[in-house]
Amino acid sequence: MNLRRIFLFPARVWMALFFAAPLAIVCGYSFLTRGEYGGVEQPWTFENFTRLADPLYLAILWRSVRIAALATGLCVALGFPLALFIARAGKRRNLYLQLVLLPFWTSFLVRTYAWLFILRDTGLVNTVLQSLHIIDAPLQLLYNEGAVLAGLVYNFLPFFVLPMYATLERLDPALLEAAADLGARPLATLRRVIIPVSMPGIVAGAVLVFIPCLGAYLTPDLLGGGKTVMLGNLVQNQFTTARDWPFGSAASLVLMLASALLLAGLMRSRVRKELM
Amino acid sequence: MHVLELRNVVKEFPGQRAVDGVTLALERGGFYSLLGPSGCGKTTTLRMVGGFEKPSSGDVFLNGERVNERKPYERNVSTVFQSYALFPHLTALGNVEFGLRERGVAGRRELAMNALELVKLSARAQRFPAALSGGEKQRVALARSLVLEPQLLLLDEPLAALDPDLRKQMRAELKAMQRQTGITFLLVTHDQEEALSLSDKLAVMNSGRIEQFGTPEDVYLRPASAFVAGFLGAVNWFGDAGVRPEATRIARERPAEGPSRRASVASVVFLGNRVHVHMALDEGGRAVAELPRAQDQFREGDAVWLHWNAADEMRFP
Repeated sequence: MNLRRIFLFPARVWMALFFAAPLAIVCGYSFLTRGEYGGVEQPWTFENFTRLADPLYLAILWRSVRIAALATGLCVALGFPLALFIARAGKRRNLYLQLVLLPFWTSFLVRTYAWLFILRDTGLVNTVLQSLHIIDAPLQLLYNEGAVLAGLVYNFLPFFVLPMYATLERLDPALLEAAADLGARPLATLRRVIIPVSMPGIVAGAVLVFIPCLGAYLTPDLLGGGKTVMLGNLVQNQFTTARDWPFGSAASLVLMLASALLLAGLMRSRVRKELM
Repeated sequence: MHVLELRNVVKEFPGQRAVDGVTLALERGGFYSLLGPSGCGKTTTLRMVGGFEKPSSGDVFLNGERVNERKPYERNVSTVFQSYALFPHLTALGNVEFGLRERGVAGRRELAMNALELVKLSARAQRFPAALSGGEKQRVALARSLVLEPQLLLLDEPLAALDPDLRKQMRAELKAMQRQTGITFLLVTHDQEEALSLSDKLAVMNSGRIEQFGTPEDVYLRPASAFVAGFLGAVNWFGDAGVRPEATRIARERPAEGPSRRASVASVVFLGNRVHVHMALDEGGRAVAELPRAQDQFREGDAVWLHWNAADEMRFP
């Protein structure tokens, strides 16, 4: 019992200092009034939260949810077959897993900047298409939702592939043989056995992609060119340019709450399913 | 026409010949077993019949049709897997309906319930596999295959994971189900008692080959090789001749006729309705005699004559 306390002590201190305390500060700020040169002042108010109901901010919220959902959907569509392929690759599994993890060897920022070079007017895609005379003028590939989506999918795909791989790798091969034995062709086996049995992994991977996408600010900032504002950008702007810390705090709390509720809902449905 | 025919089937894995020329033909409606120690190629043989492995050479015929290239879902055979391989996301009923749905059979709910009835599991129809005992899972796996009325049911060590009492009970039920449905059963097992008690005919396998294919009486009483004799039961070896313990007798005086050996009693093991008398032969070596309990009481150290009928000798070239 004592040993347990000793081992848990550093983690407790860490969580208290770097998670609980900042969260409490953000919580407090969100009910205060904006200071003239940044910072916060009295009196206490709910106004920061009611302001979020403004159509301007609701549009940002909706756009964030929509883009995050699309990015998650694309990650599932691209990542599930990839994870299945890796899980069945035999000896080459580790090589492929390393390849999936390779982008992590460079920084997130550098990777996102790389997309600027791919998508800009004089970038890789436009240069190749123009030199092949498929297009005359460069396509506007950058600074729109498509570019943000591409950046998000690219950056978060490994977060889906890894848990998905772990789930599929544990899938009992006898189940697939049993399905074939009972008359299921490969596609029917995929639809009726592989996907339902690995659903917890799909959900876990989707959550791991959806939540950071919802709060993303660097990718929309760089690839969206300030035109595709998401919740993360809103929060960032309030703390920097707008100097409205209380409103920024309220927006980030709402973001956190939405993520937490989603997570809680999914956990509950998964737990219920596994208990049956 | 044979329901299954294997012609000189070979299966090679890298660095290993798992099945080394198996030829076998099964009549419709029988209960058959492949019996052998682990690694003898019996499971690989079964997997080639099920379509999970492709023979390296040789041919597999089902109902006279060559099926080497056919996928499992293109063969009218079904397998009961050793691990049962029940779908964890489906109820017992859902598992039994799986194959019917794939074949688009009408009235599958009723057929599936009938199959669960056959394996005495109707009461558990709505349970998920995680909430079923080992024996119950076994029954679901059986129902799932039987409901499709396959030409041939393959069973891969189906009783190995059950505890001994349940195993005996399931053994009797398996036999009853086979007789009731008339489906040809092909069972893979390493348990000689199981193979002997269940099979109409059994094939004893060793290092990728069938050493003998015959009725339980044939393989037990008239084994074709020393391996078969030894795998199916204990054997006392007297030179070239092998004698089963139950055909081995003991006397205090030298018998007037027939083969005999001098020995001394090493130990006596009480087994309830019978005793095992272990002996050290004077000429060297050991032997065991299985005797009814009522017979003469032998004690450790007794000098005895061990004898047998020449007719009970098993001889191999």
